[in-house]
Amino acid sequence: MLELRKDIFADERDDNLKEIGKGTQRQDMLGHVTGTSTYFDDHKLQGMLHMKVLRSQHAHARLRRIDTAEAERSQGVRRIIRGADVPRNLNTLLSLINFGKDDEPSLAVDKVRYKGEPIVAIVADSPREAHEAMAKVRVDYEPLPAVFDVEDALKPGAPVVNEVYPKNTFIYHDVYDHQKLRFGDADRALAGADHVLEQRYQMSPIEHAPTETNGSIAAPDTNGRYVVYTSTQALFFSLDTSAKILDVPSNTFHFVGGTVGGGFGGKVDTLTEPLCILGAMLTGRPVRYVLGREEEMQFGSPRGAERIYLKDGVMRDGRIIARKVRAYFDSGAYTRLSSYAVVKCVAHLPGPYTIPNVHGDVYCVFTNRTPATAMRGFGVTAMDFAIECQMDKLAHLVGMDPMEFRILNAYRDGDMKAHRREAKNCALIECVQVAAEKSKWTLREEFRRMSSRKDGGGGRAAIPATPGETRPRPTAPAQQRTAYDRSLAAPLNEPPREPPPPPPSPPQPAAPSHGATRFSSVFGTRRR
Amino acid sequence: MTRHRGRGIASVNYPIGMNLGGDPSQALVHSNPSGKFTVALSSIDLGQGMKSVTRQICAETLGVPVEDVYVDTADSDTGPHCMGSFASRGTHRVGNAVMAAAREARGVMMEAAAEELEVNAADLETDGRGNIHVKGAPHRSISTKDVAIAAQFKQGKTISGRGIFLVPLSDVNPETGEMSPATCYAHACLVAEVEVDDETGEVAMIRMDSAYELGRALNPRLVEQQLVGGAWMGVSHALYETPEPYYPDPKHGPRDFVEYLMPGPGDICPHDIAVLERPAPDGPFGAKGPGEMCANPVLPAIANAVFNAVGVRIDDLPITPEKVLRAIKAQGGARPQARR
Repeated sequence: MLELRKDIFADERDDNLKEIGKGTQRQDMLGHVTGTSTYFDDHKLQGMLHMKVLRSQHAHARLRRIDTAEAERSQGVRRIIRGADVPRNLNTLLSLINFGKDDEPSLAVDKVRYKGEPIVAIVADSPREAHEAMAKVRVDYEPLPAVFDVEDALKPGAPVVNEVYPKNTFIYHDVYDHQKLRFGDADRALAGADHVLEQRYQMSPIEHAPTETNGSIAAPDTNGRYVVYTSTQALFFSLDTSAKILDVPSNTFHFVGGTVGGGFGGKVDTLTEPLCILGAMLTGRPVRYVLGREEEMQFGSPRGAERIYLKDGVMRDGRIIARKVRAYFDSGAYTRLSSYAVVKCVAHLPGPYTIPNVHGDVYCVFTNRTPATAMRGFGVTAMDFAIECQMDKLAHLVGMDPMEFRILNAYRDGDMKAHRREAKNCALIECVQVAAEKSKWTLREEFRRMSSRKDGGGGRAAIPATPGETRPRPTAPAQQRTAYDRSLAAPLNEPPREPPPPPPSPPQPAAPSHGATRFSSVFGTRRR
Repeated sequence: MTRHRGRGIASVNYPIGMNLGGDPSQALVHSNPSGKFTVALSSIDLGQGMKSVTRQICAETLGVPVEDVYVDTADSDTGPHCMGSFASRGTHRVGNAVMAAAREARGVMMEAAAEELEVNAADLETDGRGNIHVKGAPHRSISTKDVAIAAQFKQGKTISGRGIFLVPLSDVNPETGEMSPATCYAHACLVAEVEVDDETGEVAMIRMDSAYELGRALNPRLVEQQLVGGAWMGVSHALYETPEPYYPDPKHGPRDFVEYLMPGPGDICPHDIAVLERPAPDGPFGAKGPGEMCANPVLPAIANAVFNAVGVRIDDLPITPEKVLRAIKAQGGARPQARR
């Protein structure tokens, strides 16, 4: 049951709209309820071949020899694709935004780094014949010691998972093995706190479990182009990734997405398109490559598991004065998107609360498991679990009601956030108040009267002195409001308070540009 | 055997769009000669309703009925660039691009109508039902269909518009983490009530009450489906799911839906939701994005409710009966906390 609380923040909205705010029936409803909405797998094409990949049986092993001779002669086999057949057999997804180094092959060459890593792809007349040929491929493995625990992976002498990152961590800003957050002096504040609570939290990996597994169908089109029907969540992301790996101009491809049978972040990795298109290129026939359920569940990338240590300092009156965070994101054997989630997580610290001293170190760690990827709440869900369990414990520790404890510490308009930007448009307090009302949870009058729009800013707008900072900071940026006054200007009409950041310098590729589009630069020039 | 009830809460916020910005989306809007509009996108509708919210945004901006707009998605030859459907960015980023495109198309449409009615375009308004008329004089009116015909065949105008939305990219300070990660944030608070069986360790959901602040609920029914479905994904994460049950030991991974645990129809409970709307200054009609955050408060709220019920803290997900039972045994029995 959904109730719209139009009474709250009514003065900030124009509700006099014609189409917005109406529960109009969805445009694609008829197709969905009559089973006629088109999915990628509805494009069964004449002469279509089927692709299956042979996956590693070991979590970490050197590949001594791959013998496909018998498989080549297997009935119905049209083509066996090996790493050497992939034009650019090394990629990282976020190279599209110049973030990170190419670290993952489409098909393993010298080494496998997780159980289930693709080694060869087989294109055959039917899925059955592809499976039968797969059983005839002989792979000579030399098993290597594997590492599965994020903290073990950081110990000296731990097996090197991915030689591109020999210390088993993603490298930030070319120097650090983690992303830092420094705001105020957390250690000093912890020393002066009435109570200090340090806890460990462990998130589990999660499978996206879409009804429709990852897959695509690629077919030669006229004029040298290829049409690709795909389950992707990000059409151009997948198109540009495929163009890069196959080393062709991006307009070689006509990508057509469909209705997606469940995404949740698990259909961004472009798991099937590059090999599927390569199969179509090498055979001149349409090729279908769809993950089976077991492949999707064990070898399609999951939400990674994060391990989080929180150390908080709290005063007897309920104010949190320091939060220190150390977190490890388990990226699996390759980066995919976990490096990005770490930065998003750091930006999220210390949760939706105003805490004057925050210290964060977050690591993206490589282990010998299926590479992790984005999933609903990427970089944030795990931290929210840790922070909100911790908030409950802290409230218990100081003997406060957990809702009132959150309202007391909630961020408000005008406060300075730990990533050093002013909090605006806040509404946490109001959400807690309404949830209390709905669940008949009694709040004291003073907490019912608090507001995100009152009592923020002022001293709470300051950037505290932070140890190790070379340049002195003013107590607040020049554009900082020091008090909240709603009568000044409606937010919608306000000029932007922060000057826009300088335009990013264009990337300077060391090698000639390939088919993939360079959207922007995130952290400077990407090294090749 | 005793079943203990407990309540737990969690409150969260969530950034909208790709962290640090730099994630553009584009839209093209054009009218056919009968005044019916097409929105061309390469964006993907994952079932969340992207086609429907962008359709409503386009109709509202153009000032035409929603039936006169059709949204075409997911084609790289006809749809302009979009980063993709993730990071809760669809409504905010794509919605803004569609709004910009529709605004430009509306400008041409009003010029064409002004020419037909022989008035100044600034004196015209749309009625949202397919007509354009002089402000204060509804009888001096022309249908959008007649405007489209005149623009196409008489005036030689294209009623079309281009839109892009881009939050400029922000740098990250390596030493302090200073950055501009997002331009707006959604908010939520959720109360979970559970029942814990101290003999089996099983946790049953009794009810959920929640409040979500989303800037603007562009389509409340689509918002509802997101929030209800997302909360169940959260319950599933909290109590059931994982492809590695003994993480970090990778063994015993489930291979199908028989081995991969999820809640079934018998495990669901009532969920009462309130939606608050504090418009984001840069959201389309103030909208943020409900997509990802709706699962987030559920996990800790359940963990906190389990503590309230039996006095044990399970800090490792998922909260399986085995973990609950071992924790209860370790503390020598259930210790129900103060009823809330």
